[in-house]
Amino acid sequence: MNLHEHQAKALLAGYGVPIPRGKVAFSVDEAASAASELGLPVVVKAQIHAGGRGKAGGVRLARTDDEVRAAADAILGATLVTKQTGPEGRLVRRLLVEEGVAIARELYVSFIIDRSTGRPMCIASAAGGMDIEEVAAETPEKILTVTVDPAMGMQPFQARRLAFGLGFEGPVFRNGTKFLTALYRAFEGLDASQVEINPMLVTEGGDVLALDAKVSVDDSALFRQPEVAALRDIHEESPLEVEASKHRLSYIKLDGSVGCMVNGAGLAMATMDIVKLAGASPANFLDVGGGASAEQIENAFRILSSDPEVRVVLINIFGGILRCDRLAKGLIAAVRKLGVTLPIVIRMEGTNVELARRMLEESGLDFTTADGMRDAAEQVVRRLEVAA
Amino acid sequence: MSVLVGNETRLVVQGITGREGAFHAEACRDYGTNLVAGVVPGKGGQTAVGVPVFDTVAEAVETTGANVGFVLVPPAFCADAYAEAVDAGLDLVVSITEGVPTRDMVRVMRTVPPGGTRILGPNCPGVISPGKAKVGIMPGFIHKEGHVGVVSRSGTLTYEAVHQLSQRGIGQSTCVGIGGDPVIGTQFVDVLELFAADDDTEAVILIGEIGGGAEEEAADFIRREMDKPVVSFIAGQTAPPGRRMGHAGAIVMGGQGTAAGKMEALRSAGCTVVESPAEMGAAMEARLNA
Repeated sequence: MNLHEHQAKALLAGYGVPIPRGKVAFSVDEAASAASELGLPVVVKAQIHAGGRGKAGGVRLARTDDEVRAAADAILGATLVTKQTGPEGRLVRRLLVEEGVAIARELYVSFIIDRSTGRPMCIASAAGGMDIEEVAAETPEKILTVTVDPAMGMQPFQARRLAFGLGFEGPVFRNGTKFLTALYRAFEGLDASQVEINPMLVTEGGDVLALDAKVSVDDSALFRQPEVAALRDIHEESPLEVEASKHRLSYIKLDGSVGCMVNGAGLAMATMDIVKLAGASPANFLDVGGGASAEQIENAFRILSSDPEVRVVLINIFGGILRCDRLAKGLIAAVRKLGVTLPIVIRMEGTNVELARRMLEESGLDFTTADGMRDAAEQVVRRLEVAA
Repeated sequence: MSVLVGNETRLVVQGITGREGAFHAEACRDYGTNLVAGVVPGKGGQTAVGVPVFDTVAEAVETTGANVGFVLVPPAFCADAYAEAVDAGLDLVVSITEGVPTRDMVRVMRTVPPGGTRILGPNCPGVISPGKAKVGIMPGFIHKEGHVGVVSRSGTLTYEAVHQLSQRGIGQSTCVGIGGDPVIGTQFVDVLELFAADDDTEAVILIGEIGGGAEEEAADFIRREMDKPVVSFIAGQTAPPGRRMGHAGAIVMGGQGTAAGKMEALRSAGCTVVESPAEMGAAMEARLNA
């Protein structure tokens, strides 16, 4: 689960990570009163779940009350298009108003789980404010990494090694090691899958602060992170994806015209791939779960039929233990109940598959049964051509 | 021989009295796996699926000689069940549980001593050596005894591959689902090492997906150590970057973990990489007949 910057900062501050003073604002008036409370100048920052806000005009420095109001007015309600939002952009509904700080240096630090070692890893770089992937590609020598033993936690010597590597000295060194240690504790305590501070700031006064903060929390751990779970902002998710998640369906909207309904994530990705290879384009990723229950199939149909782009539905269920006749019965019932009029191509495999095919063919509904994945993809293309 | 499970497997199911636990314990036994015990804390002394239930894994091991564990418990308790199996010194412990917090897996992996219990999963279909033993939730009947090893991050896509092989009369030595989570107990390379050393395995199908670098590590191992043919498919060629495709580990981040990169790595290591998931069986047949 992703968080807004202001939420991430508040959580990090709870672990002792220093952040600039700031207040969230949902209106121009709230922004103005936040600024007068914090003292001018302030920075007015759009709060959306995407990076690249500065370049898109979503971050403005304001030196006077009028400038605060003008900035808030311009950003609130605007649709920001950044390289992370896609061409449709993201509507700004809230702002973070933050005290202006005098910047001496900008650096980069993040914690992730290194999948290769299965351990937390800190990545740091003196090149702050830049895209870390670019830094890694162009100047890998500027990237420092430390792998943390989860049983020990971040050790003082590891924090020192990073601080030396970043060129910290004197009081900045002390503040820097404290910052890194606190950040690891937050990463660990929040069940985060990523904590990224870009930039990490050294102020002219020698303080080390998180000027920006991106925190993603492991969805599987939300059951024990109720404070984090409560911060979910469904405006940042697509409505169909929100609806799907209510039914525990794994759904991601794409821009093609073939609605895919598959059991299992790997097979669902493979089905998208074969649709593309056949010359069509998938409208979505949709995993109904390994068991493909009748209820989940009905829910899945509801989601697919509310996407206006979908012109053909491809169902690919590798049942195995699952009885295909039962699956067919569920499919027919769902299509009748919801009045689905889209052509449906079905490939299924499992016990009683012949009986299931007969049931589908005799139902009088628009089902095409396919033999294997390639045949399914070809049938889909044929149905698309007929529909065109 | 086969790898991980076989005729020597003595299975203990952790969570055997639950609905899922009982169902799959029975299915594994019916397939021919030697089910010897169940474990449910507080239910020691009872009988389930025809075997004695113990309070702890250690007792089950002591009394029945169990050497492989199958964990069927909810996500919040999965790591503890794994850790108990490691502590009891089982050879292998498998869990199919989906939604285990990553941090729990990070900690559990830290508890495994060198040469200790092998952890498989979580969020995987398990492992089967056709005709010998099944410790997992895969449909046994689609498999066929033979000499192709299958290793995959996915469940149903593995069934698809197995089905394509069996339809062509090509049997399997062992099929291993390693799971779709970011931190898993057994990686591709671990299974490839086993297949490389297994006399009964003549060739391998490796099914990967977007996210992480495990397929690239596998390619590196194949280049250096494998002289058996490897056929590979990578799912997620059409997946958009930055989105998690169902599996917690299936995400392209910052240009890392793309299908194209993985396919290229495997190809350059000498694998036959198919673009279409419908071609896995045919490609293996071609490699075996070459």
